[in-house]
Amino acid sequence: MTNRRSFARATVIAGALAFAAASGSLVSFAAQAAEPLKIGFSMALTGGLAGAGKAALIAMELWREDVNKKGGLLGRPVEFVYYDDATQPAKVPGIYTKLLNVDKVDLVVSSYGTNEIAPAMPIVMRKKLVFPSLFGLAVNDQFNYDRYFQIMPAGPEPKTDWSKGFFQLASEQKPKPTTVAIVSADSEFTLNAAAGARKNAKAGGYIIVYDKTYPMSTTDYSPIVRAIEASKAEVIFVASYPPQSVGMVKAAHEVGLKAKMFGGAMVGLQFAAIQKNLGPLLNNIVNYDFWVPEPTLNFPGVKEFLARYQKAAKGKGVDPLGHYLPPYAYAYLQVLEQSVRATNGLDQGKLAAHMHRATFKTVVGDVKFAKNGEWAKSRTLQVQFRDVKPNNMAQFEGPGKRIVLYPKAWKSGDIVYPYKK
Amino acid sequence: MDLFANAIVAGILLGAFYAAVAIGLAITFGQLDIVNIAHPTFVVAGSYITWILNSSYGLDPVLAGILVAPIFFVVGVLIYRVYYAAFERTGQESLSGLAFFFGVMFIIEVVLIMVYGVDYRLVSADYIGKNIDVGFIGLPLRLVVPFVVASAMTAAVYFYLSRTFTGRAILAVAQDRLALQLMGADPVRIKQFAFGLAIATTAIAGSLLVMIGPVEPSLGRVYIGRAFAIVVLGGMGSIPGMVIAALLLGVVESLVSSFAGPSWAPAVAFGVLLFTLAVRPSGLFGRA
Repeated sequence: MTNRRSFARATVIAGALAFAAASGSLVSFAAQAAEPLKIGFSMALTGGLAGAGKAALIAMELWREDVNKKGGLLGRPVEFVYYDDATQPAKVPGIYTKLLNVDKVDLVVSSYGTNEIAPAMPIVMRKKLVFPSLFGLAVNDQFNYDRYFQIMPAGPEPKTDWSKGFFQLASEQKPKPTTVAIVSADSEFTLNAAAGARKNAKAGGYIIVYDKTYPMSTTDYSPIVRAIEASKAEVIFVASYPPQSVGMVKAAHEVGLKAKMFGGAMVGLQFAAIQKNLGPLLNNIVNYDFWVPEPTLNFPGVKEFLARYQKAAKGKGVDPLGHYLPPYAYAYLQVLEQSVRATNGLDQGKLAAHMHRATFKTVVGDVKFAKNGEWAKSRTLQVQFRDVKPNNMAQFEGPGKRIVLYPKAWKSGDIVYPYKK
Repeated sequence: MDLFANAIVAGILLGAFYAAVAIGLAITFGQLDIVNIAHPTFVVAGSYITWILNSSYGLDPVLAGILVAPIFFVVGVLIYRVYYAAFERTGQESLSGLAFFFGVMFIIEVVLIMVYGVDYRLVSADYIGKNIDVGFIGLPLRLVVPFVVASAMTAAVYFYLSRTFTGRAILAVAQDRLALQLMGADPVRIKQFAFGLAIATTAIAGSLLVMIGPVEPSLGRVYIGRAFAIVVLGGMGSIPGMVIAALLLGVVESLVSSFAGPSWAPAVAFGVLLFTLAVRPSGLFGRA
């Protein structure tokens, strides 16, 4: 009797233990399947670049929504872990260290802008992580990191590719202008852009008659513009950030700048609020851009994306049109998504190899990377403002106000030259 | 020659704007010894309110600044009352007071971000973008109007401080608080009024700032160093000194930008500050 009871008790206990073990495994498997896939990054949510940074974040959240509707990545819902870098490069290393060591994110992408991408590179390189990056100019020139991928279509030689089109357009004019002024803010991106312009100007046989930088805290740009006017430069290349771009354009108008070509690398002239305010002062400026609503750039999905972005951006105090950064913020995550799906995992080496190999279909068209992680072929547009009316944002929603002059493959019109007679 | 003349004129126009930004600080820091590090952030707040009134109701930016100044005065009075109760009354104004104003600065910035967003804001007016040419001198109205308004405001504040009883009491409280008390004036109420007046000037300075260029919530940090440097260079407590210092800074920046290169402008301008303080530690017009 006792033996039967003991045997029954033992059987029950063994059964209970087996059941517990199985349940535990099931629970753990289920938990792992549901465990979010974390993508970490810093973003300028305050400070000078916050207008673009917040717009980028809206686009990124739209991507996350789309991916999670499709069941996430690798069966896991995607979550963002991000911190505000306040447009301060010094904050970036600490943020990425926390993301990797404390938050234990699965993947990282970059913040927006050259000045905020470069400080993250040593952290990311040490961990050998794939690093899709958002609008950094020539960041990888010094690092030569083979897992860096840049969604900005500057081209395989970003510093010179950036302004190649600008100087090529100038060189095509008859008579060809001979003198150039180069002016840039004292900051990583603008100095890189100016360095490329200098190289292109020399290669094009131009004489550089003015070549100076200015501090980011400059309030009045009329002394600078007057000095450029006094140098009698025919082509004026400006590398500037938004408030400085506004200052330069207004000063150029007030001084009556009589250049043959004016523009170059002025960040801010792509932003809706600034376009509306400057209005006709923009006319005939030739400046860089990456996407404009011209018929030649109607990539699959881009108009639908912009419609969703514009709805999401309402009332958030960011760029209401979202033509500049948002499509590329969505695209750099599309690149990451397609790579994760293609390699079916998070192995950083396999992801990097795939990113170097593949051509990605995104809302900004086909994306293919060169060996250095930049675009294999430059698509930095040179765009000329044309027939812009005062105080009207709606005019920029459609084609006809920002004419693509270069590259020829995307051209939508011919240049109006000179800038001012 | 015309480049030189235009540089001088541009410097004077810019200097007057700097004076508008710094005059409130000349009162709070120069006369009341309150290190209001949040002062330029109040200027940015003034810019945002000007932008709202300009873009939503079509109000002229200068008019908007003037209309909002009384509200800023009341805000300034309230902030001083908190500062006095929490720090000055207990003698903790030096470090704790400084931390308080840092906190005020961050709160204002975050409120601006939450209410207005982070996109750049600009104003429109018929005269912005227009130029007056006097011979070879170009006068952009975008800078001339701030020059006129800044000059008027600075002159009004100076005459108020030097010719009215309350104004003289403000100057007196900085010199000898006890003596002022014996004269029958309450030093705390006088300082409260002075602080309110200083913050009221930021409403007008803000309207000028947003006329000159686009603003975003953290722009005030760019002007912290300049504003304090102008007050110190001019001499603590001296309004005429502050004006001269502001004009000097503007002209030096403009001349260096035109002839040597803009990146040298801050170094030369602050070099002038250091040289002046080395020769005259109390500043140009400061009390020795």
